[in-house]
Parts: sequence; structure tokens; C-alpha cells
Amino acid sequence: MANLPSNPALRRTLSLAPALGIIGIFMLIPVGIIAVFSFLEAKSFGGVVWSFSTDAYVQLLYERALDDSLILSPGYLIIIWRSFLLAGIAMLCCLVVGFPVAYFISRQPLQHRNMWILLITIPFWTNQLVRTFAWIIILGRNGIIEAPFHWVGILGSDDTLGLMYSNFAIAVGLTYTFIPLMVLPIYASLEKLDFTLVEAAADLYSSKWEAFSKVIIPLSKPGIIAGCLLVFIPSLGAFIQPDLLGGGKNMMLGTLVQFQFSTARNWPFGAAIAMILLAAVVIFLMIYARAARGQQKMELH
Amino acid sequence: MAAIEHSKPKKRRAFGEVPGLGALAIAFMMFLYLPILVLVVYSFNAGNIVMVWTGFSTDWYARAFANEDIRKAAINSLVVATSATAIATTCATLAALALARGGSFKGKGATVGVITLPLMVPEIVTAVAMLVFFSNIGLNFGLGNVILAHVTFCIPFAFMPIRARLDGMDTTLEQASRDLYASDWETFRLVTLPQLMPGVLAGAMLSFVISMDDFIITLMVAGAGDTTLPVYIYSMIRQGITPEINAVSSILLLFSIVLVTAYWFVTRTKPDGKNR
Amino acid sequence: MKTMTFFGLMAGSSLIAGAAMAEGTLNLYNWTDYTSPEMIDKFEAETGIDVVLDTYDSNETLLAKMQAGATGYDIIVPSHNFVPIFISEGLVQKVDATQMENFANVQDRWKNPEWDPDQQYTVPFHWGSASVSYRPDLYGKELTSYGEYFEPSENVKGRIGVFKTPEEIVNLAHLYLGQDFCNENPEEMQKVQDLLVAQKPDVVAYSSEGMNDRLINGDTIITSHWNGYSFKGRKLAEEAGKEITYAYPEEGVIGWSDSLMIPVGAENVENAKIFMNFIMDPKNMGMQSNFAGYGGPIEGQREFMNADLRDAPEINVPEDAKMIFSFACNEKSQKLIDRVWTNVLR
Repeated sequence: MANLPSNPALRRTLSLAPALGIIGIFMLIPVGIIAVFSFLEAKSFGGVVWSFSTDAYVQLLYERALDDSLILSPGYLIIIWRSFLLAGIAMLCCLVVGFPVAYFISRQPLQHRNMWILLITIPFWTNQLVRTFAWIIILGRNGIIEAPFHWVGILGSDDTLGLMYSNFAIAVGLTYTFIPLMVLPIYASLEKLDFTLVEAAADLYSSKWEAFSKVIIPLSKPGIIAGCLLVFIPSLGAFIQPDLLGGGKNMMLGTLVQFQFSTARNWPFGAAIAMILLAAVVIFLMIYARAARGQQKMELH
Repeated sequence: MAAIEHSKPKKRRAFGEVPGLGALAIAFMMFLYLPILVLVVYSFNAGNIVMVWTGFSTDWYARAFANEDIRKAAINSLVVATSATAIATTCATLAALALARGGSFKGKGATVGVITLPLMVPEIVTAVAMLVFFSNIGLNFGLGNVILAHVTFCIPFAFMPIRARLDGMDTTLEQASRDLYASDWETFRLVTLPQLMPGVLAGAMLSFVISMDDFIITLMVAGAGDTTLPVYIYSMIRQGITPEINAVSSILLLFSIVLVTAYWFVTRTKPDGKNR
Repeated sequence: MKTMTFFGLMAGSSLIAGAAMAEGTLNLYNWTDYTSPEMIDKFEAETGIDVVLDTYDSNETLLAKMQAGATGYDIIVPSHNFVPIFISEGLVQKVDATQMENFANVQDRWKNPEWDPDQQYTVPFHWGSASVSYRPDLYGKELTSYGEYFEPSENVKGRIGVFKTPEEIVNLAHLYLGQDFCNENPEEMQKVQDLLVAQKPDVVAYSSEGMNDRLINGDTIITSHWNGYSFKGRKLAEEAGKEITYAYPEEGVIGWSDSLMIPVGAENVENAKIFMNFIMDPKNMGMQSNFAGYGGPIEGQREFMNADLRDAPEINVPEDAKMIFSFACNEKSQKLIDRVWTNVLR
């Protein structure tokens, strides 16, 4: 073990092999299967029939009316829009709260930092469902938030603020669930900043805000991007929060896919939505990567 | 220059120290721990319904301890999460290092794409896809199947913070180490890894949390006898959640707090030299 | 002690299992909170077979999992409307319940049911009904029709609860509108859709979990419900000084029945059959009913049931009430149901 392979390419390949191997076999192939499924016909009770069909994709934009005629339907687009909107809100909330916290932690004395990070993760060692249920007790009718209003008498005994079973509750739930995914990567990139250097650089700028936005933000950008992706993408497919806190009133992408694979038993359609979601995310990432590369070139000049 | 243009207060705050941040951090902690507090408090509820407080009791703890199914599920969960975290974090660290230190090569972008793929696919799709695949190739390692699935979706979660840490991490120390004729392995072990540690820790934490929480993929992939805690809880809420689940969660929480405290004391006794 | 019966737990089950002679295992895959630990203890003690219990939350999960090729389970417990699907998809094997010693104990009305006419694949398990439950103290009168549920008056506006999956709720709408189940008529389905869309603004949650919680804390005043679940809810509500009543509206209630089946590829078929025979014994099924809170198909099991469950209005359908069994809808009507549901929830 004294020496690693000296050939850099070989060493690189060997280091990448485990991760790529595992994901290649257990993710890429299954996703390939799903991609194939999306072009097949649905079997009536789940599963697929092996004959080519684009029905699943047609179904996204067009709807067969109950009498079987084909009409343009925004129904699924509305669901997609709603999901992107809520995931975006959750991402912003996480960023607005998560960045200052990550920043604060990265400025703590060395031995306290890991403690803070652990403190942030501990709540998430309990089950997501149970945590989400706790929010029902907090936000719900006669819950912890409403209790003072009842005491004071602003709310009658049978009244409610209506915080639960709303989009607000979904946003709180998503933010709560995914915030460590924002704090940890930002912290990881802020923590390595050498603040004495940053301080020196900051003297070049006229205000603290300018220094902050021109020094710290760019330097922590990889962490911010990583955090945003880690929050945004799982939020898009989330279905526990919409179900438990939102009351399942409006479908989101996660619930829609879930519905197609279980209750509606239309695997190809579920697969098609998944492929579209995947494509959207990939396009989004490619645009970002191109923009980032362009910016790097600019900075070099 | 700046000091002349702006009359600064005498006791100059170090750059980057923003007033009120501490208060925000504490408020944030309250936000994080309020549901946990609720969860723990209601685990002592005497009644059968979580939401209606009927009195103090420790009965639910007695039941949780006596409940063989819950115990089995909790052990399964811990086994899966620990193994998946260890494997996924190792794979992710190696991959992140290869990408950050391996120079540029063809297909780098595609490699990152593949590694982060599990993030981009909705869980239910991953779940069905994996189950179809596993059953077609006849893969049947019992709990091993579940661990494999968890490793797969944990890798990107471990990868992201490590990658973020590596991006732009100062390489001068590594070069210095090599200049001093340290072997590559020594350089890695004594210089790179310690510098990378916060990223690795963050990645491992994320993996563990994600693995402990997952139920939809586990629900699908798990075979007979492989029920994990989230799967158990998920199917249990159909009948309404009882304080017993709160009690189990509180026990797990206590367990992790003990671990964390132990960790803190261990790391405190040999201060520094660790990060920089 | 009552609560122990309802939320009874697996205390000590492994000790007994460990002590019994190893006669192989039985991998039972059942709904959550639906398997009596006392009954399992008794089974393990009598037969020496070690029972491994895993649980699922819905017929849909079970079907999706079986369709995707999951193996390792010896007994599954689908509802009657899923039974024909499991049979036609070739996911289960014949068990020939009529050849079992205890089959004679099954009440005639549960023998050779519509979903398994020759009793080749199933052994009957619990049965029950779906309807609506309400809070009489908040509602203020007796609920005699689904009218107030689908077209709520001022009193209950915004405080309606609905199941998460469409099967039962569409059937309840059919009952209310006087239509046939598994309807293939687009115009009639349009009426169902209109009814459900109009109801939506008054719905607090579409969820098949925590119905009792929402009834008890007043989030809902009327909610769709299952009888045994509502029975548990009534007991919980009493603890909190509230009331929950399971309604038998004049339009009727929907009947359902779960069955034990053996999946293709089961490894312990003989043990599964021993269990099936075991559960058809009145004492064992009575024990199981006490835990699950649902009635069963075995003659004479009543005398082994706790008094409060035996006489519960939830599981004893009144003489004059209609109970109509739903059945597995064909592809065409299933598609209509899915479209209606997607249109309601989008």
C-alpha cells in the first residue's frame, strides 16, 4: 500500500471504478429499463406490454376526454409547473436560511464546528414521517401555534388559522426536510476559505456588502450550487410533504408518478413523466455547466 | 485606502463577522429542534392518539422495547445505513478525488452526470426500476439487496459535499509534501485526507440521514424479513400514528446523541492538527 | 386492557418462536396492524413453524411489488377486487381451500365468492365495509344520506375528508348517484367527476391515513372511512371525550373482503396451507378479529370475540342496510376511474 499506481490515468480509472461501477449497474441499467418502458404499452393491471407506443408521451399534453376524443389538456403541465414552483420556493427558503447558518458555523472556532454540524444533522436521524407528523401537531388545528390564539380568545374553540393542509404547510415541510442538504455543502466550501486572505481582499472593496458579494459568494459558489441541486431535485419528486401536510389536494410530480405506478397502474406513463423530469434536470444542469465554463473563461482574461 | 475613506469604529469588527448571525443560528436551531421536542414530549403521552394529550406515561417506551418487530426493523435500518454510508462515502471520496486531482480527461462531464444520476430520478421510479432489474438478474442477497440499493442512491449525496470541498482546495500543501519526498499514499493520508475531512464528514452524515429515511425504495426492494424502520412506520401510519412510534424515534435520537457526545469528547481531547 | 387488544404488540413472540422446534418458516406478507400477535404465538407454539411477518400499506403496493417480480413471501392478503387480478396475472398458485379440514367452518355466504367461484385460490379472511364516519356532536344530527358528504351544507363546509385512492370514493359517488359500479358510461362518469370536483373546495385532505386523528381534532366532520378503522376511532374518541359514528346511509355501504393467497414461487407452500387451515378455526379467527377490529367469515368465531367488538355497530351491518360488494373493474372502466381522479386532483 506504500504507493499508488504511478500512471495517473490508471489511478484515475481505478478511483472512479467503484462509484461508476455501482451506479452504472444498479442505476443506469434500471433507468434504461424505465426509458424503454416509457415507449411501451401499459398492461391493464400494472407492468408493460412489449409493443412500441408513444401513447405515454402523447398523454402528457393531450387528454382523452371521457368519451375518448383527444383534446389538448394543460392538466399535467399545471402539475409540472406547480412542482417546479414549490421546489423553487423550498430551495430559496433553504438558501436564505441555510447560507447564513453555514457561514456562521464556518466562522466558529475549529473544535466547535463539527459539533454544530452534528447538531444540525441529529434531528434528521429521526424518521422523516415522524418529523413530518410533528409538524401536524405544530401547525394543525388546536396545535402548538394556534394554542395561544385560543387562550387569548382570538380564535373560537371551533376555529382554525388554516395553516395545515395548505401550500404553506408543504413549503415548511419541504424546507425543514431538505435544509441540511443546503447547509452541509455550503459549509464544506466556506470552511476551507482562508479568512485572513479574504479579509485582505475585502479591503479592496468599499463596503462590506460589496466585499461579501464579490469575495465570499463567488468563493462559496460550488457549495451553493451543490446545495441548491440537492434541495431542488428531491423537492421536485417529493410526495410525503404534499400528502401529509398538503392534504394531497393537488398533485405534484412525485405524487403523480407514484399514482401512475401504483393506483392507476400505468407504468409507461409513470416512466414517461420520470423521463421528462430527468430530461428537464439534465438540460438545466447543462445550461448551468455551460454558463459556469463561460464565466471561468471571462475571469481568466 | 478603505480605512481612510471610511471612518470606522475604533473596535473594528473582523471582516466577515456579521452581527445577529448568532441569534439567527440559534433561531435556526429552534426551528430544527421544535418538531423534535414535540416528538419527544408526545412520546410520554399516556393516550393512544399522538395529538391528544391525556397524561404522562412511560408505557410506550416499555412497549417499544418489547416490540420485537420494531427492534428488528431498527436493527435492519442501522445495519443498512451504516454499511451503505461506509461504502458510499468511500466510493464518493475516491471518485471526487479522481475528478479533482486526475486532471482533465474526455468524458469528465458525463462521469459527473452518471454519479449524480440517482439524484435526478424520482424515488418511486428508482424503486420500481431497481426491483425489476434485481428480480430479472435473480439477485437475492436478502438485506444485501437493500444495502446495494442504498449505496447507489447515497453516492451522489456523499459526493456533492466532498466535491464542493475539493473544488479549489489549496494544493500547495500537497505539493510541498511531495517535494519532501513523501509517497503518494503518505501525502494522501497525512495531507489531503485531513484537509478533506470536513467534506467527507458532511458527505457521510448526508448519506446516513438519507439512508435512514428512505422507505419507498426499500419498500420495493426489500424481501421477506428485510423490513426497515421507515417501511414499518410508513405502513403503520395507515392506522394512525401512536406515541409508540414517537418513543422509538426518541430512543434512536438518544442513541445518536450519545454517539455524538462521545465523538465530541474524543475529538476534544486531541485538539487541532486535524483540519489544517 | 382494551387498548392492549387494539394496539397489542409482539411482546415476547420471538422467545416462544425460538423455543419451538424449528419446522421451517412461514413468510407472511400482510397489511400493517392486521396480524394478531397472540394468534401468531399460538400458531408457532402449535406447529413449531417460525413466522416472519412483513407488512404493506395498500393493495397497490402489493400488486406493484408482485408485478415487478418480488419473491420470498408465502402468504399475501389482497382484497377481493384485487384477487381476480392476481389470478389473471399469474401471480398466485392454487390452494384448493375446499380440501382443507377447517373449510367446513366457513360461513356459506363466504364460500365460493364471486371473485374466486371455485375456491381454488383463496381462503377467506376479514371482511368489512366502507362508508362515511362523522362527528355527531359537531354535525348535530344523524347522517342518513351521502348528500351532506358530497354536497356539504354550511355546517360541514371545508371539513370533509376523502380517501387517497379513487376506488372506494368513486364507488361511494356511484351509490349516491344511483349508478352501477365499474361504470363504462362516459356520461355517468362525467357526473361522478363533476360531483367530486364540486366537492373538492370543501375537502380538507385526501388521505387514507389518520382519519381518526382528523375526526377527533375536528379537522373533519365527515370523512370516508372503513368500518373496523372507524371502530378503533370511536374507542379513541371516547378517551378524548368526543364521538365518532360510522354511518349506514340509505344509499348503502360498500362491502369488501380480504383473502389469503399463496404467490407463485413461495418456498414454504405446505406451511402456508397449514396456516390457512389454522386461521379457519373459530378460536383462531376470533383471536385475529379481536386484534384487527374487523369481522371474519368463520362460523362460531363470535363466541371467541371480545364483547365490545362482537356487538359493535361498525361490524354488525343493520338488517335494513344495503351492503354492495365492489369488484375488479375491467380495463376500460379502470381507465375512466383514473382519469376522473387525475382530473379531480390536478
